[in-house]
Amino acid sequence: MNKLRTGGFHTGMILLSLLWLGPVIWVVVMSTRSFDDIAAHGVGSLPRSFTLDTYRQAWTDGGELRALINSMLVTIPSVALSLGLAAMAAFALSRFRIPGRRTILLLMLAGNLLPPQILLIPVSKFSELTGLYDTLWALIAVQVGFGLGFYTFVLHGFMRDLPGEIQEAATIDGAGTAQIFTRVMLPLTRPALAALGALSFTWIFNDLLWAITVLRTDDNMPITPALLGLQGQFVSSWNVIAAGTVIAAVPTVAVFLRFQRHFVSGLALGAVK
Amino acid sequence: MAFVLVPFAVESVWVFWPALQGFWFSLTRWDGMSPTTFVGVDNYVEMAGDATFRGALLNTVIWLVLFGGLSVLGGFGMALVLQKERRGVGFYRAALFTPVVFSLVVTALVWRVFYQPDGIADTLLRAVGLEQLIRPWLADPQTALYAVILPALWRQIGYVMVLFLAGLKAIDPALHEAARMDGANSWQRLRHVTIPQLKGVNAVVLSVIVIDSLRSFDIVWSLTKGGPYHSSELLSTYMYSTAFQSLRLGYASAIAVVIFVLALAVILGYLVRAFREEA
Repeated sequence: MNKLRTGGFHTGMILLSLLWLGPVIWVVVMSTRSFDDIAAHGVGSLPRSFTLDTYRQAWTDGGELRALINSMLVTIPSVALSLGLAAMAAFALSRFRIPGRRTILLLMLAGNLLPPQILLIPVSKFSELTGLYDTLWALIAVQVGFGLGFYTFVLHGFMRDLPGEIQEAATIDGAGTAQIFTRVMLPLTRPALAALGALSFTWIFNDLLWAITVLRTDDNMPITPALLGLQGQFVSSWNVIAAGTVIAAVPTVAVFLRFQRHFVSGLALGAVK
Repeated sequence: MAFVLVPFAVESVWVFWPALQGFWFSLTRWDGMSPTTFVGVDNYVEMAGDATFRGALLNTVIWLVLFGGLSVLGGFGMALVLQKERRGVGFYRAALFTPVVFSLVVTALVWRVFYQPDGIADTLLRAVGLEQLIRPWLADPQTALYAVILPALWRQIGYVMVLFLAGLKAIDPALHEAARMDGANSWQRLRHVTIPQLKGVNAVVLSVIVIDSLRSFDIVWSLTKGGPYHSSELLSTYMYSTAFQSLRLGYASAIAVVIFVLALAVILGYLVRAFREEA
């Protein structure tokens, strides 16, 4: 009976896993099929050809190389800046008796919970006004501003639970506020920073809405909107589109695999708190 | 002090101030070039008679119920099935979680292949002899919305599962042990031990789901752009196309305000919870 149940469990889960992984595998396989093969047998058939030229087409002709560089130019500074600023705010709010600190914290969190739609028009007009429109700076600024509230909230919860004696000991040793922050608090907060870093990397890298709101020129687009453009450029070349899709997915999958533990604990951070 | 002021100023410039402006714009008529004209509540009056708006609102509700409801049920179910550490569980969890790291645009393109004429969906239907069901899934107004919800669910279930797994792990096993001693069967234990113990997680998951549903944009935009004939239009996509394609910035702001009002209850609930914890 028990054996039967175990067998049933595994059969069911393998089928379900296939349902989840199947479409992904299908796209990876399709990215290596030739155009003639797909034209003759359709996207639903099994592969009868193998080529990697699709990746070259997506990479250079489709402009994915430049898009990927744009993505990195936006994502890396955005993650660093927003976590840095959030850590500063969380440090001050959790370690000092600032008047109204709870209100400030909740106000910042509330900003992150707003539906972005209400911000789209003002943000795009504001970036036009400041001359940042259609530059990567605008995208970095809005990603930092919008993400800050949530990161501050999570880091605040984490720092608040660190024992106060550490800070007192450092003060007695003659450390100033800035030194306590960089030498004592930041190292102690590393697990939370790593978790948020992995999460925010995928969020910012995967963003579409902000990018198409503050950017216009194709040359400035990060990979996510560029992938949509690729679809227009290679209308029925499904193999090239599939190759482009794989390229766009690789960085976040890599970050996930590298920081797997942090990533999942980061998602859980908000839930159990 | 400066430690708070700088981050707060950044958020004010890019979030708080624009949000206030958003409310103001919703009371104006504006094409983005010429000066704004104040029109009072005209935009909201127009909305009441706008069939596309009503359709988008209805679709947003359908989205909330189907996408939200099914991802909570699916994610919770999967978390229950996969909570016990045993052989293979790690792999199954990873499989369900994989799509979460993809962007919604990647997800959309993966599923586009599935829905293509002669794609996987059609091939499968043909294989089981249901050819008569075959249709242009994304181009048929009757199926477009549901054809977009499916990929969104595919990606969300793994995410919700991870949230619930974290919650389940935090439950003291002694509670289950005690309930078993008292003769509770597995259904009773689920009903009276697991679910009440998950109260905190439930609240977070619900807020996340509602906020995510109202924000949903990427997946619809990449699969159908709200079409055909607005059949898969959500408030978020309608707002975007009104603003940046029709250049009716005042009216689009009013739609955004409606989205905000719908989200407000959830946001407030979330904040009240956060407030209590900080106290």
